[in-house]
Amino acid sequence: MACIDARGLRKAFGTTIALDGVDLRVEEGRILGLIGPNGAGKTTALNAILGLTPYQGELRVLGRDPWTERDQLMRDVCFIADVAVLPRWIRVSQALDYVAGVHPRFDRAKAEGFLAKTTIRCGSRVRELSKGMVTQLHLALVMAIDARLLVLDEPTLGLDILYRKQFYDSLLNDYFDRNRTIVVATHQVEEVQHVLTDLMFINRGRIVFARSMEELESRYLEVIVHPEKVAAARALKPMHERQAIGRSILLFDLKFDLKLDRVANQKLDRQQLAALGDVRTPSIADLFVAVMGNQAGQAQGAAR
Amino acid sequence: MNTQSNVMNESFDSQRIAPVSMSATRPMYWSMRRELWESRSIYVAPLAVAGVALFGFSLSSIAGIWEKPLRLNPAQPQAPYDMAAGLMMLTGIVVSVFYCLDALHSERRDRSILFWKSLPVSDVTTVLAKACIPLVILPLLTFAITVAMQWLMLLLSSAVLLVSGLSVATLWTKLSFLRMSWLLLYHVLTAHALWPAPIYCWLLLVSGWPRRATFLWAALPLVAIAGVEQIAFHTWHFAAMVGSRLMGAAPTVASTSTDMFPTDPMTHIAPDHFLSSPGLWIGLALAAVFLAAAVRLRRYREPI
Repeated sequence: MACIDARGLRKAFGTTIALDGVDLRVEEGRILGLIGPNGAGKTTALNAILGLTPYQGELRVLGRDPWTERDQLMRDVCFIADVAVLPRWIRVSQALDYVAGVHPRFDRAKAEGFLAKTTIRCGSRVRELSKGMVTQLHLALVMAIDARLLVLDEPTLGLDILYRKQFYDSLLNDYFDRNRTIVVATHQVEEVQHVLTDLMFINRGRIVFARSMEELESRYLEVIVHPEKVAAARALKPMHERQAIGRSILLFDLKFDLKLDRVANQKLDRQQLAALGDVRTPSIADLFVAVMGNQAGQAQGAAR
Repeated sequence: MNTQSNVMNESFDSQRIAPVSMSATRPMYWSMRRELWESRSIYVAPLAVAGVALFGFSLSSIAGIWEKPLRLNPAQPQAPYDMAAGLMMLTGIVVSVFYCLDALHSERRDRSILFWKSLPVSDVTTVLAKACIPLVILPLLTFAITVAMQWLMLLLSSAVLLVSGLSVATLWTKLSFLRMSWLLLYHVLTAHALWPAPIYCWLLLVSGWPRRATFLWAALPLVAIAGVEQIAFHTWHFAAMVGSRLMGAAPTVASTSTDMFPTDPMTHIAPDHFLSSPGLWIGLALAAVFLAAAVRLRRYREPI
């Protein structure tokens, strides 16, 4: 059974279409990065998955309908939203009491163990904690819940580098295992690059790109082209080209077929590209720019 | 190697927490605890008022040492106790109104609704827990504090009488405390819980609806209805009805006396008369409709 299975997910706010027929399937044990520009529909998609917003289309999360079975679903799903949502008046000890009181899968000792590694005191109120500490507290609560799906919406927004690094480190080391699934929506692509197993780009309410990280590494190649070979490289139809420190950096999809002028079977090979310059696996950020750039180009083409 | 990893898997599996079996009442209990943590005014305000009233009474009693005939042998020894009870009931009404107007609003204002909704607590449980505060907790609290306060007043009067060298017996025989407490309990549970239920549930519903100015949205429709009635029929029935509901002027006693509080030991309570009055049941039905609407509203609500 897939952890999340969405077909033709649609959601409109008045005349604004937030989700425009999203198909999405996330298997158990994956860490999916959902990446997209502001207003692309990331948060709306996550809200639908969490049962926070009604939607059209088919959606099952762990076999349940999130909108009608939210309270049941939340026994197996945890969620950290983009901004601190812990109530400011609550004390750390009260938060522990409450979650222990209502959640059947919460391990209080575990949460206290996580908190012991931080400087958070049990008697403090949330309003007295720094933003980084509030996130630590929320993460400690969530990691002590034996959930099957964890949804993170910009969890590290506004945190300093130390907290951000720590956040994903503890998530990977102390929480993640093959029985759990994590979906994270973020703008901070560079910090999730080595965490993810799957990647999805979302734009204008549609999934425009969905690959596993293995596929990403085997299929996309960035070439820092020698100046004299730029023309030859361009002839191979890169997805994207950019300039950096006087060098052209071209991004290739190895499955692009020049003759058919579309993506087909693997036609370009690494050897051929390596002859043009230095090759490397593209970063998610570069790939994102390339995919979104092509999207914009296509949209303009369609408009004409 | 293989066996080792198997062992590790097993130990990991055994670490997984077996879900604690939870009775349905636990989320309810903790949701009510949460309300008491968040709105400390629920018990702080009545305690503060009781403290101030006791202070005033003790000043008056001590002054009584010098004005013996006037204060120590009043025609109605009951009077200060009735006054104290009335004051506590009024406090309970004020606290209830302010609590209800904020109940479903504050969690949206501080975005903590996203945290509460990420836990396996249904909207029904949350809204019922909030409704229990003005309908159950506050009446019982008002009763308990009033009785404690009246005992302290009695002890204080007795001490003053003893110091003045007068007999305590007259005071104790004239006041029948058990009867007074019993009447008070009956009164708070009928006139201050069941009777105004539609008003409190209306306020609760409205608190989950506008972005700001909940008081305005709650009061405007009532004022509008009263205004239309006045202009059309030159009567004030609706306003009088809302007022009587809120202030607890319920048909709980047999006599048609104008006394608001049946603290006079001679009062004959009439629970059958109260329970068979159609006004009670119409009010309760209306309250149920408002609560159902509040539950439905909370499902759709997002942070402000």
